[in-house]
Amino acid sequence: MHVFLIRRLLAAVPVIVVVTVFVFALLHLAPGDPAAIIAGDLATAEDVAKIRAKLGLDQPLLIQFFTWIGQLLHGDLGNSIFSAHPVSELIAQRLEPTVTLTVMTLFISVLLAVPLGVIAAWRVGSWIDRSVMGFAVFGFSVPGFVIGYVLIWVFAIELDWLPVQGYTPLAKGFWPWLSNIILPSVTLALAYMALIARITRASMLETLSQDYIRTAHAKGLATRDVLMGHALRNAAVPIVTVIGIGVALLIGGVVVTESVFAIPGLGRLTVDAILRRDYPVIQGIILVFSGAYVVVNLVVDMLYTVLDPRIRY
Amino acid sequence: MTAATATAAVSVTPRARTGFAAFLRRHPTVAIGGALLVAIVLASLAAPWLATVDPISINPSQRLRSPSADHWFGTDRFGRDLYSRVIYGGRVSLVVGLSVAGLATLIGLAIGLVSGYLRAVDVVVMRVMDGMMAIPAIMLAIALIALSKASIFIVIVAVTLPEVPRVVRLVRSIVLTIREQPYIEAATAIGTSVPRIMLRHLLPNALPPLIVQATYICASAVLIEAALSFLGAGTPPEVPSWGNIMAEARPYFQLKPAMVLLPGVFLAVTVLAINLVGDGLRDMLDPRLARRM
Amino acid sequence: MSAAGPPQGANSSPSGGSAAAALANEAASVGAVNRAAGPPQGANSSPSGGSAAVTAASEGVVNRPVLAVSGLCTHFHTRDGVVKAVDGVSLTLERGETLGVVGESGCGKSVTALSVMRLVPSTAGRIVAGSIRFEDTELLALEPAAMRAIRGNRISMIFQEPMTSLNPVMTVGRQIAETVALHQHLPRRAAFDRAIEMLTLVKIPETRRRAGEYPHQLSGGMRQRVMIAIAMACTPTLLIADEPTTALDVTIQAQILDLMLEMKGRTGAAVMLITHDLGVIAETAQRVVVMYAGRKVEEAPVKALFARPRHPYTRGLMTSIPRLNRAPEESVRPIRLTEIPGVVPSLIDTPGGCTFAPRCTYASEQCRVEYPPEVEAAPGHFVACWNSDTLPEMVRA
Repeated sequence: MHVFLIRRLLAAVPVIVVVTVFVFALLHLAPGDPAAIIAGDLATAEDVAKIRAKLGLDQPLLIQFFTWIGQLLHGDLGNSIFSAHPVSELIAQRLEPTVTLTVMTLFISVLLAVPLGVIAAWRVGSWIDRSVMGFAVFGFSVPGFVIGYVLIWVFAIELDWLPVQGYTPLAKGFWPWLSNIILPSVTLALAYMALIARITRASMLETLSQDYIRTAHAKGLATRDVLMGHALRNAAVPIVTVIGIGVALLIGGVVVTESVFAIPGLGRLTVDAILRRDYPVIQGIILVFSGAYVVVNLVVDMLYTVLDPRIRY
Repeated sequence: MTAATATAAVSVTPRARTGFAAFLRRHPTVAIGGALLVAIVLASLAAPWLATVDPISINPSQRLRSPSADHWFGTDRFGRDLYSRVIYGGRVSLVVGLSVAGLATLIGLAIGLVSGYLRAVDVVVMRVMDGMMAIPAIMLAIALIALSKASIFIVIVAVTLPEVPRVVRLVRSIVLTIREQPYIEAATAIGTSVPRIMLRHLLPNALPPLIVQATYICASAVLIEAALSFLGAGTPPEVPSWGNIMAEARPYFQLKPAMVLLPGVFLAVTVLAINLVGDGLRDMLDPRLARRM
Repeated sequence: MSAAGPPQGANSSPSGGSAAAALANEAASVGAVNRAAGPPQGANSSPSGGSAAVTAASEGVVNRPVLAVSGLCTHFHTRDGVVKAVDGVSLTLERGETLGVVGESGCGKSVTALSVMRLVPSTAGRIVAGSIRFEDTELLALEPAAMRAIRGNRISMIFQEPMTSLNPVMTVGRQIAETVALHQHLPRRAAFDRAIEMLTLVKIPETRRRAGEYPHQLSGGMRQRVMIAIAMACTPTLLIADEPTTALDVTIQAQILDLMLEMKGRTGAAVMLITHDLGVIAETAQRVVVMYAGRKVEEAPVKALFARPRHPYTRGLMTSIPRLNRAPEESVRPIRLTEIPGVVPSLIDTPGGCTFAPRCTYASEQCRVEYPPEVEAAPGHFVACWNSDTLPEMVRA
């Protein structure tokens, strides 16, 4: 098991390397002089030179890269150009809303989509199946921000059950937090659920046609036990894979959703940073998100060994 | 030794249940999606004739009007006719969608073919692709756009890049499977050149799933472009795109929700139509795919 | 491989499952029948008095049959039409008896078995007519929950593909324990102990270790043993075995068949053995049902069937098996195997008349028009053929 863990970690290294190289290259891909861009339109040549020296931009690229990596390993993500605060600090401030939103979304999605997919597979061809699949196509097609606005319109404006926008930290109480997080979570969850329901159904259909399911029925097991105990466990691997890959989708959706619902999280930070051309912040956020994605997929890989005893790395 | 067996041929001459028309009848959703898509494409192409007013002409005296006989969808905050803007908006979405789909497919195909065939290249390429997939698509696109001046071309390039890894993986897996087939070995043995093998054998097998994937990429690209425009990082504001029409209407949402929702509906319907067509293509091409392979 | 000699000798040889060996010793098939009837009359260890019931039945005493299927019709609705997979099949199984059901692929034998278990895939298939009486109960009238209580408990089934019939992510021991826990309401520990016990009975070595292993760690033969263990764990009254040895090596085939017979002897269960291998039938069955195109065409005690098959199809099956034990002088002049001409008909558009008529050498006009009724041509020997008494002497290759 330990050997397996180490091997997976090692496999993740090249991915992280590519990500860091790319993120680093971002700043230098900009047409023109990065220092000049950072300095702004009204800067003098002197100012620009000063900034260049401060940011170490006069060093050879390779040295810049390794200096930057060194800083990263110390947890130093640089400073925001706009606000001069350390990027890590900015990220830490905005972490809670994004994390709670993502966790809540994951929770809702898996809890609802997996059973839906199972039922759709079990009653394949029926109206239940068609509804679930229809819902899945919708969830995948309607853009997140459109759903968000529709939900706001229905629940916040027309029915006035929930607040229109904003975020309440957990510290202020569970229900206030929930009332603010529920609409954005549902918005974000819809596309994710569509994906999960589809793959669950496909995987279950494949599993249900296997011989051992027939054996399970021949033993006299009730349908629920056959579906949950025998079929789902076998169908789990592709489902868990997609959940892992779908996290990238989720992260992308977070950016848009936080914008719609005015949630002060990492997504909003990203958008602001983009508009202000605040490269260090952009770099830091991409690193954080990509790191999260890699970690999630590592966890997924480890889950494989638990789910399927035939997979032994 | 077993008893003599004749293979049970429980077959009956199938009545003509194949054919495109029959397929459409069996999958009504695909027919609807296809029809919708055609309608949208035609409407976008015919925008200059369908629009009632010049979409970018400002009319401050007519700001924020509700739908009326003059302005079917009402006006936006600059007094521009929403209906015309929405009709023109379709063009941006479709152009971006189709361009990205085409570009990503071509680039992905090229890389995938080479990567699947040459082991040395493969190792490097796959790591790079994995890395690209680890960065969320929107962030990648946004970051690229932030580096340059806003224009539709940049948007297309920025949205294409995150979609390439998907295609590369697909093509590569097909190439790897086909490579092992005996007939490829035979072809190599008689001296067929590698490019020729790629063209005559690998490409035809890769084409059906590629087409299906391209359709899905088109849908995804339309969504990403809309999201980017919505965030203000996509299509430049002068050019009406569904995303930025919605973005501009945001401050007035509580007042006039329709301004935000209407372009949204168009967006949703378009993407839905593309996805349905993609599903239909997949159902149509898959069994044939299985038979061919 | 020697063909002459006492049946016991032939059956204990490695390739004992071979049809040639059994067929070539028709006279010795009496021994095979006796052997299949269970342990030698002396040892009556089975709780339900299996062999006593068998001897009683063979004496002609009327004993309530374990299974009585009558007029079973199972149809599948497909895009191309209704497939009449089973079209009016009737058979009975006595307590402790082994009934062989033989026929080629697609004749409906598996579907019959699945129908008895009510496991016909409900997406397209349906039992449309008939009755299936198991002991005192009409199975087709049961509520799903009641049927589930019977499955795996009083009627068990084992399938053809041991490689894929076991759940790959569950340990072998747990899969056996599951049945026991379900039907006998045993707690986990007790259920697991019973699983170990069953593993020992099916002769799997290192039972404790094996019980914790997964199916992919076992060979095909061992997996089939596990299947048998699962099926017999609750000591069912009826065991349905659908081609249990077809997917196995010949050497393993013999072992599995022996194991099945031993389990049967131990528990007195009746066995419905479905196969397309006449050799297996000859070795293990007491009575045989021959099926063709969804119907039963002949039924007889095994000795009688091999001695004098009365249906043209059965004859065709027997004459198409080559003999390996021809005397040297016969080998000089090779005799061509007779095959049954034509192909199995479609089960959708069934023409009127006998389903075998298009391929039958002896078909008459009446055969093509009217389906022959089932008649008792000899005691216990039933056949559905208009011309069965007028068939010429059978020539064997």
